Amino acid sequence: MSMLEYRSSAWARGGLLAMRNVPGVALGDRVAVRDHLGNRRNGQVIRSSSEMVLIQIFEGTDNLDLERTWVRFLDQPFELALAPEMLGRVFNGVGQPRDGRPPIISSLARNVNGAAINPAARAYPREFIQTGISTIDGMNTLVRGQKLPVFSGSGLPHNRLAAQIVRQAKLLAYGDDNREGQESFALVFAAMGVSHSDAQFFEESFEESGVLGQVVNFINLADDPPIERLILPRVALTCAEYLAFDLGMHVLVVMTDMTYYAEALREIATGKGDVPARKGFPGYLYSDLAEIYERAGRVRNKKGSITLIPVVSMPSDDITHPVPDLTGYITEGQIVLSRELMAANIQPPVSVLPSLSRLMKDGIGEGMTREDHARVSSQLFASYAKAQEVRSLAAIIGAEELSQEDNQYLKFAEAFEQRFVSQGEHEDRSIFHTLDLAWEILSLLPKEALTRLSEKDIEAHYLSTGTQ
Amino acid sequence: MNSEGTILDIQGPIVIAQLPSALIGEQVKLGSEGLMGEVIAREDGRAIIQVYENTEGLRPEGPATALGSQLSVELGPGLLGGIFDGLQRPLNTMLDLTGERIERGLVVSAIDRNRRWAFVPAEELKVGAQVSGGTILGTVPENETITHRILMPPDIAGELHDLVPAGEYAVDDVIGRVRDRYGNIHKLHLSSRWPVRIPRPFGKRDNAVQPLITGQRIMDTFFPLLKGGKGAIPGPFGAGKTVLQQQIARWSDAQIVIYVGCGERGNELTEVLDTFPKLTDPRTGRPLMERTLLVANTSNMPVVAREVSVYVGMTIGEYFRDQGYDVVIVADSTSRWAEALREVSGRLGQMPVEEGYPAYLGSTLSAFYERAGRVVTLNGNHGSVTLIGAVSPPGGDFSEPVTSHTKDIIQTFWALSKDLADARHYPAVDWLESFSLFVDAAAKWWHENINEDWMRLRNAALRLLSESEELARIVNLVGVEALSGQQRWTLETAKLIREGLLQQSALEPQDSFCSPQKQFLMLKLMIEIYNRGAEMLRIGMPVQELLRQPLMAKARRWKIVYSSEDIEGLEKELQAIEPTFDALRTEYASPVQSTGAKADLS
Ligand SMILES: Nc1ncnc2c1ncn2[C@@H]1O[C@H](COP(=O)(O)OP(=O)(O)O)[C@@H](O)[C@H]1O
Ligand SMILES: [Mg+2]
Repeated sequence: MSMLEYRSSAWARGGLLAMRNVPGVALGDRVAVRDHLGNRRNGQVIRSSSEMVLIQIFEGTDNLDLERTWVRFLDQPFELALAPEMLGRVFNGVGQPRDGRPPIISSLARNVNGAAINPAARAYPREFIQTGISTIDGMNTLVRGQKLPVFSGSGLPHNRLAAQIVRQAKLLAYGDDNREGQESFALVFAAMGVSHSDAQFFEESFEESGVLGQVVNFINLADDPPIERLILPRVALTCAEYLAFDLGMHVLVVMTDMTYYAEALREIATGKGDVPARKGFPGYLYSDLAEIYERAGRVRNKKGSITLIPVVSMPSDDITHPVPDLTGYITEGQIVLSRELMAANIQPPVSVLPSLSRLMKDGIGEGMTREDHARVSSQLFASYAKAQEVRSLAAIIGAEELSQEDNQYLKFAEAFEQRFVSQGEHEDRSIFHTLDLAWEILSLLPKEALTRLSEKDIEAHYLSTGTQ
Repeated sequence: MNSEGTILDIQGPIVIAQLPSALIGEQVKLGSEGLMGEVIAREDGRAIIQVYENTEGLRPEGPATALGSQLSVELGPGLLGGIFDGLQRPLNTMLDLTGERIERGLVVSAIDRNRRWAFVPAEELKVGAQVSGGTILGTVPENETITHRILMPPDIAGELHDLVPAGEYAVDDVIGRVRDRYGNIHKLHLSSRWPVRIPRPFGKRDNAVQPLITGQRIMDTFFPLLKGGKGAIPGPFGAGKTVLQQQIARWSDAQIVIYVGCGERGNELTEVLDTFPKLTDPRTGRPLMERTLLVANTSNMPVVAREVSVYVGMTIGEYFRDQGYDVVIVADSTSRWAEALREVSGRLGQMPVEEGYPAYLGSTLSAFYERAGRVVTLNGNHGSVTLIGAVSPPGGDFSEPVTSHTKDIIQTFWALSKDLADARHYPAVDWLESFSLFVDAAAKWWHENINEDWMRLRNAALRLLSESEELARIVNLVGVEALSGQQRWTLETAKLIREGLLQQSALEPQDSFCSPQKQFLMLKLMIEIYNRGAEMLRIGMPVQELLRQPLMAKARRWKIVYSSEDIEGLEKELQAIEPTFDALRTEYASPVQSTGAKADLS
């Protein structure tokens, strides 16, 4: 069957190609399309019936001349060839080289859709990763195997934040100097619809941090075919799974930008006539995103791990937009960037209140970070939330009218943003530094206001000079 | 009974096959891998099948076999402590068989067929006795916590022909026989099957009477649910739905807990699997896992099996109810189940009504919630199923279809708020949005078992909270200085109630579970502080002075200073309130001050 070429295309539009009278084609099978210029396009069967086969074409359906389009059904699922030589390479969304070097040849190939991890096989992630960024380490701690997205907006420095995490991430347990030996660390970089300059920025940043040889790139740029973005994260995660669970590496996957991925999905869904749920996105967007995000994690009795940092831009800064919203429902927290903080020149502009790390609780505390970490973090959240209330009050009645305690809150908020949140792009703070800094700032508030801390904590860490 | 046909069309989880004789609801096996599905509609000779597994690799012209039976679960000893997928396949066995990834087409028995159970026949049951659905045939020790009652299947009745003596039996061994009125002989086993979409029969519904004690103050004290009731926890992501459901699974005074992870995170189930065996039930002292059963269909697992998983959990719940137990089912999240319905209906081309949901969303939800309740079982005992569903509204918008339909069905509504969660006020249950239709019924229990003042104090606390909301609005307009001393005091004690009483960290060992006694004493302490403080204001003490009292900070830490057992400690605090304020009173009752006070009052 794979030898037969068909030319029975019925219609093509929006990345979809329909073929009549091709019997017995399996759902999900790979398709090779040869267009009238002799160029090859890659496709996958997304609906198959006796009368009609529907194919999504990753390179898009632009300029397809149906009379002169030849389609070959390869009778195999969409697989990715896997080998250690992928490290240091650059591929496109379907896993073909983009760096002018030969394709990966290997006897090992896996279906890019992956199979779901048995929940009973998972190991709960609990190893603290120090990113050197106070708002993350101190208040939204990342652990190995977590999926923690960055919610951002156009023009916000999510790429810089992601690059800083890549540069600085280390396991505290292995000492300050480095990751637990370079050879067991790998980075999978999945770019969907990003600009040339952003891609360039990442490449330079990887080079600068000396990890280039440990990176596998899957790149689809803004001017590359959008449909390719549908398969790209699956291809990238298939590679990540191989590195993590076959080769035992600790893999950090940076995926940017998931909103472009979802838009490609919407395009295909619309073309198929799927019933839309919200903002034109299909009802299965949640399940589809979950198939991607849930591939992160740890597996019992396996050495490696997949830590996933997707970047999700919020159209019009709207956190309730379906893509960030459904992402937040699947991932284990979120780091939210704020335009206001950025305008106030606070870098990285992490807005802590809507940010969250759901796996923080098991990765911090005595033996992992510091005994008071959980309570300090909780106090920072509570005090900063209160300070925000005071701020809006001050905006109405004027700061002069505020009580003395309220004024202390204003000072606290100021210091928190200027000294705790704000830090240099190259400033790598240890968790102990972060916690000490937190105490300095909390000490601007009266002891009585620190009810989330124990009396013992206050005795041990409160700086009495901080008040007044 | 099998009938053969061929696949015609594959589209995501929906397959159309030429299967002229298949009935709606019938199980179908598809393709060379034998993927399982179920007929959901018929059109001429065609069956429309929803497939529980990923349909990748299926081809038109491939085989389709109708199996002649409906989707059913196996009910018998050996289920508790286990984790099953949405089709009741044991995930640990699958792990042993095929490794860390779930393979398709795997058929695995829910119950270990070789394990032998110590069966003890019911003493009063004699050969020749009339038996019918629900009759207790005997018992099996499921584990140290739970005695498994072996029941007559609901659909068999007749004369007991024979019953084995006490001894060790496997689930496939015949433990007895029944001759029905037509003379047919039915074999009895330790386990039986029941179709998941049909509610198990019971004698009659009865009123729910006892509160489900969850150990969570905002639930038990403020918005109680009764055993056999229906509750919902709606909230945006990160608001605390899962943590709250896990708290209920951990600490509630149910006898059996069924945790249905429906379209949510894998790691959340791993967490339950990791922690529950190490936690002990505060009432029995036994590992929590002994009373717990998990049904897991995570978000990345096939969407149709997700739709089924809630029915699997419910049917198992009803089975334990029929044994006379109080069962709690937590389903996280019912929205994902509704989305599975939407996905299937969308693929069938059914007319969507709101946000793509089919018109039958509301009736499907309510029919499911109706399976909860307190009942008189077929054998005359009482049992209950309490159902608590998490709801995940898109964008946190409670007016969306699933939340609004659910709100009409349930009796207790614990609304989670993003603002509270952002400020790390946990549980982020919004006391203004939430409601319980069970307060009067719960009051009866509290008054009989804990204290007669419960209702009065609870209402007083709620009143303070809502008054303070009004006051906060004023403050936000004109500043705190505009408030009178009394108003300021109301505002501040409401804050004390929020921080000292409503906030309850699941992560704090001393506070994760709060006994009813402790809940009541803390409530009483807060109201006592309010009343005494209000008195002081009346005799002229400035409110700032009152707020400076060390008591105000101390009271916020009582919840972690005193454990649930340390009732005496809290009682001492209560006794200390009067002398503390009396001391203040003497200070402020000096002649000069009191004249001032009088001037104030006049
Ligand atoms: N009762 C609680 N006590 C302490 N922390 C909580 C509580 N409820 C929620 N949290 C925090 O909030 C996070 C998100 O809660 P979760 O229940 O997972 O939210 P949801 O299921 O609504 O998305 C948790 O990881 C935890 O850090
Ligand atoms: Mg949840």
